[in-house]
Amino acid sequence: MYKIKKAEKLTGPNYLMVVEAPRIAKHCLPGQFIIAKEDEKGERIPLTICDYDREEGTITIVFQPIGASTEKFTRLKAGDSFRDFVGPLGKPSELCTDDLEEVKKKKILFVAGGVGAAPVYPQVKWLHEHGIEADVIIGGRTKELILLEDEMKAVAGNVYITTDDGSYGRTGVVTKVIEDLVQNEGKSYDLCVAIGPMIMMKFTCMTTKKLNIPTVVSMNPIMVDGTGMCGACRLTVGDEVKFACVDGPEFDGHLIDFDAAMKRQMMYKTEEGRALLKVREGDTHHGGCGNCGGDE
Amino acid sequence: MADVLKKVPVREQAPKVRAANFEEVCLGYNKEEAMEEAARCINCKNAKCVGGCPVSINIPAFIHEVKEGNIEEAYKIISESSALPAICGRVCPQESQCEGKCIRGIKGEPVSIGKLERFVADWARENGIKPPAPAAANGRKVAVIGSGPAGLTCAGDLAKLGYDVTIFEALHEPGGVLVYGIPEFRLPKNKVVAAEVENVKSLGVKIETNVIIGKSTTIDELLNDEGFEAVFIGSGAGLPMFMGIPGENANGVFSANEYLTRNNLMKAFLDDYDTPIARGKKVAVVGGGNVAMDAARTALRLGAEVHIVYRRSEAELPARVEEVHHAKEEGVIMDLLTNPVEILVDENDAVKGMKCVRMELGEPDASGRRRPVEIPGSEFEMELDTVIMSLGTSPNPLISSTTIGLDINKRKCIIADEETGKTSKEGVYAGGDAVTGAATVILAMGAGKAAAKGIHEFLSDKK
Ligand SMILES: Cc1cc2nc3c(=O)[nH]c(=O)nc-3n(C[C@H](O)[C@H](O)[C@H](O)COP(=O)(O)OP(=O)(O)OC[C@H]3O[C@@H](n4cnc5c(N)ncnc54)[C@H](O)[C@@H]3O)c2cc1C
Ligand SMILES: Cc1cc2nc3c(=O)[nH]c(=O)nc-3n(C[C@H](O)[C@H](O)[C@H](O)COP(=O)(O)OP(=O)(O)OC[C@H]3O[C@@H](n4cnc5c(N)ncnc54)[C@H](O)[C@@H]3O)c2cc1C
Ligand code: SF4
Ligand code: SF4
Ligand code: FES
Repeated sequence: MYKIKKAEKLTGPNYLMVVEAPRIAKHCLPGQFIIAKEDEKGERIPLTICDYDREEGTITIVFQPIGASTEKFTRLKAGDSFRDFVGPLGKPSELCTDDLEEVKKKKILFVAGGVGAAPVYPQVKWLHEHGIEADVIIGGRTKELILLEDEMKAVAGNVYITTDDGSYGRTGVVTKVIEDLVQNEGKSYDLCVAIGPMIMMKFTCMTTKKLNIPTVVSMNPIMVDGTGMCGACRLTVGDEVKFACVDGPEFDGHLIDFDAAMKRQMMYKTEEGRALLKVREGDTHHGGCGNCGGDE
Repeated sequence: MADVLKKVPVREQAPKVRAANFEEVCLGYNKEEAMEEAARCINCKNAKCVGGCPVSINIPAFIHEVKEGNIEEAYKIISESSALPAICGRVCPQESQCEGKCIRGIKGEPVSIGKLERFVADWARENGIKPPAPAAANGRKVAVIGSGPAGLTCAGDLAKLGYDVTIFEALHEPGGVLVYGIPEFRLPKNKVVAAEVENVKSLGVKIETNVIIGKSTTIDELLNDEGFEAVFIGSGAGLPMFMGIPGENANGVFSANEYLTRNNLMKAFLDDYDTPIARGKKVAVVGGGNVAMDAARTALRLGAEVHIVYRRSEAELPARVEEVHHAKEEGVIMDLLTNPVEILVDENDAVKGMKCVRMELGEPDASGRRRPVEIPGSEFEMELDTVIMSLGTSPNPLISSTTIGLDINKRKCIIADEETGKTSKEGVYAGGDAVTGAATVILAMGAGKAAAKGIHEFLSDKK
């Protein structure tokens, strides 16, 4: 059992948890993820490591309820436990494993969309601790969806906030900010790291391609084991098939077939929709979705 | 009196009934049936059957005890050589091992050694007979990676010798392929696998799940920082292969590993588990091994019409005869001498069919089997919504790539001595599918046994 030391609701639909997992905390690096499973009957849910404390032996995760399993996670409190919590999975971000002197020469821009701020944070923090100040764009549909602003400001160079509806910071989507920074505000970047919903990563990559900025994205396909055993997480990268859980999750964004990846993510859409309704409505779930045929 | 040339028939669920449930297909012998079948064994002096068993169970001796009705005695004899008899009795390819060598088989049917072994093991479990108690603890720590048959056997044998053994398992349940691969209807998980795992634990073996060696920690750390004096690697061969044909990344194309893991380990077939699985209407399983048969029979039970698509003919099917027979009885359709060339998708990238070609058998290839060649112009399309790729697996490079000084061969298999399990790295032993590539439960067990002996010799010398 893996004890939850802290469980906190953030702004918007987001939740933060600090979980005791000493083996993972000892070995993880930014860019890697864990898989959490609530109880015997739960699904295996991949979540990025958002922060870690090697001394305390803890891992911080930030998540947004999407389907039945993540919805159930929101009901867990400090003192509760996950039955299973495994990691660190995937490869660390190349920024943390490449030659530091080379990384220091680069001007780096992070682009965080929605809950993507969570996986961006440990990378920016790691760079800060190694004497590198990166710029960060945090984007969300509206003000309450902007995450980790203060935390990010403490470790980044410039932080640019933008909301689609203009309720906070700049107005417009993150790609507009990238264009403004590079085309109108005299900024230049050697590397962009974009993490967020697939659709946001897709458009970010289209923009950075135009601007000639190499771009790394963190892919979040459906996964089962997270160790290379099932192939559920396969993606087309360039001409090659890659398993996101062991070859990634970070890839060259300009080589990803986002349209195919987005379609794969929808695979269990209807089945999950039903499961989610069941959790949300609890005992009051009596048909209505038209699929279960009433009482099961 | 029954015909002595024939096996005493074993009770099974009727094909129509079992095709719609996940209960065990074969119901096994009762004591009377077992004693009757045991009487068919002529107790050969130079028993050929023993030579066919990779762990050399003293078959005539245990069968003799069954014949006399001394089941506990029979269990003790089997336990001298095998740690997982309830499992091997169910899943060993007996027709090519022990039973394949049985003298009775020359004129009629061989003695049903597997079913007798299964009966003895089930009887022992139901009557609370435990394996003998371990030797006094010697306080020396050994780590075992992976909790499949190789790891469980190695751990059990070392614990019996007094070692302090910890198994590290990547998944959330112990058992390896026995829990995630082989389905419930062939190998019941709670009744049989969990009970065998408990037996190993009762010897004092600790099992730490959710630890991936190479990620959560490394072999070098186990040896240098955590006080383990030796390590056994029984990490299996779990990486799935794909064909590399167009459309293979479409929604509705799965590896057999994913499909079986969702259903067996994650219990998608039970309503109260959260795991989603594609319940196809028309499913093709590509491949002809045990794994393909298991995937096909699982899809059938989830309600689909199922086709096995295999490029050679029935004679070359690598699956066990019993599995092919059961699959056909249950209604799995065999499309033999057929090879997929493309998976056809709709506008949402979901499978809508598969383009195949017909094959014929040409000259024998390096494996001695006649090589399938395409018949020109024989292309045709199958209408489908699900394709399960069952083309074989290879060892995961996670451990070899993170362990300094551990040699592997071209097929990514760990190089280890057959007699002792010794690898190129001192104190590190390996066995099972991680060494041989995908093989069988009993061979993995045999390798685990050999390595336990190898480790014991190594540590006794080191003292
Ligand atoms: C490497 C990796 C890192 C991730 N890190 C985070 C993180 O830090 N924070 C966070 O909130 N989420 C993260 N995710 C996404 C998270 O795993 C999914 O939101 C979660 O699996 C949904 O589970 P569920 O059972 O609640 O929903 P599901 O029942 O699995 O599905 C709900 C709906 O979402 C779709 N869906 C399924 N899987 C995903 C997915 N991976 N991404 C998006 N949609 C999906 C389904 O098709 C369905 O329509 C990550 C995913 C991966 C692979
Ligand atoms: C569907 C299917 C059906 C089969 N049917 C039969 C049959 O009927 N008869 C038969 O004899 N054989 C059968 N086999 C083959 C047989 O199951 C295998 O040969 C046998 O299980 C191999 O045992 P093993 O202990 O070497 O590995 P496995 O059983 O594969 O166990 C390896 C374990 O190691 C764990 N592991 C892997 N990497 C790590 C790591 N880095 N850190 C920690 N743990 C790790 C895995 O999660 C797994 O639990 C079948 C196989 C499959 C897939
Ligand atoms: S272990 Fe397998 S091969 Fe050996 S006797 Fe039993 S069934 Fe036969
Ligand atoms: S070969 Fe057959 S008949 Fe002879 S001892 Fe073995 S099982 Fe009995
Ligand atoms: S999640 Fe199974 S291979 Fe990546």
